[in-house]
Amino acid sequence: MPTQKIGQQLSALVSGLVFGIGMAISGMTNTERVQGFLDLAGAWDPTLAFVMGGGLIVTFIGYKFVLKKPAPIFGETFHLPTKTDIDKTLLIGAVLFGAGWGLVGYCPGPAIAGLSYAYPTTLLFVATMIIGLLLARIISRRL
Amino acid sequence: MHPFVLALIGGGLVGLAAVMMMALKGRIAGVSGILTGSLAESGGERIWRILFIAGVIVGGAIPVMLSSDFKPPIPQSGTLLTIIGGLAVGIGTGLGSGCTSGHGICGIARLSQRSIIATCTFMAAGFIGVYLLKHVFGGV
Repeated sequence: MPTQKIGQQLSALVSGLVFGIGMAISGMTNTERVQGFLDLAGAWDPTLAFVMGGGLIVTFIGYKFVLKKPAPIFGETFHLPTKTDIDKTLLIGAVLFGAGWGLVGYCPGPAIAGLSYAYPTTLLFVATMIIGLLLARIISRRL
Repeated sequence: MHPFVLALIGGGLVGLAAVMMMALKGRIAGVSGILTGSLAESGGERIWRILFIAGVIVGGAIPVMLSSDFKPPIPQSGTLLTIIGGLAVGIGTGLGSGCTSGHGICGIARLSQRSIIATCTFMAAGFIGVYLLKHVFGGV
């Protein structure tokens, strides 16, 4: 395998590791804490705002430097999303996602990072989430 | 350490992972999109996505091995609610082309209008979802 390919696969693995460590440290794998953040009318827990804040500051500054370069280190181009329209698919999707996130307290990243604790609820959530992701591919062709 | 400090450090690491992913491989670190691709793509395009997901799972275990303080409590939702929530999150992020990481971190960092609107929408839906769950139906 050429160096470029090995570099690409390794960078995905290492980025995933850093991502997962961040998830576990941040408290986002704790569904009570996430629901506490979303519970404006209850005992509001602002922790999640610090996760978002920390993530955004680093990514905003990091992207500024990275995206000035002609290409990624192990690749030909930066794959940036090209869609710019605010359509009903985006909004329906975001509403469904937010509702599910509130009901259980998991969004995809923390649920995946939480798989290592092997709680039945987490396993069930990830299994049904994957079914949902595959269903979305069928639904979006008809919308 | 105070939970806010840990949240800031953890969030910073998530940001670092997003920057690494872009700098090294030129990709957005969006978990829902990568997870879908790990099932739907083939060949090398599939392998890097599987490796990223495997990294997230192993990464999630590492802080817990060092200190049991990082082990979260068991999620409290019942079976039916978990199934409904999982399906809604899967269908929703699939249709909306992203979740908290893809839209909320990577997209907003690029000042993408689509991601800003998606993030405000799913946050608002999350607030309403929890309000109904905790204050109208009194927990399921």
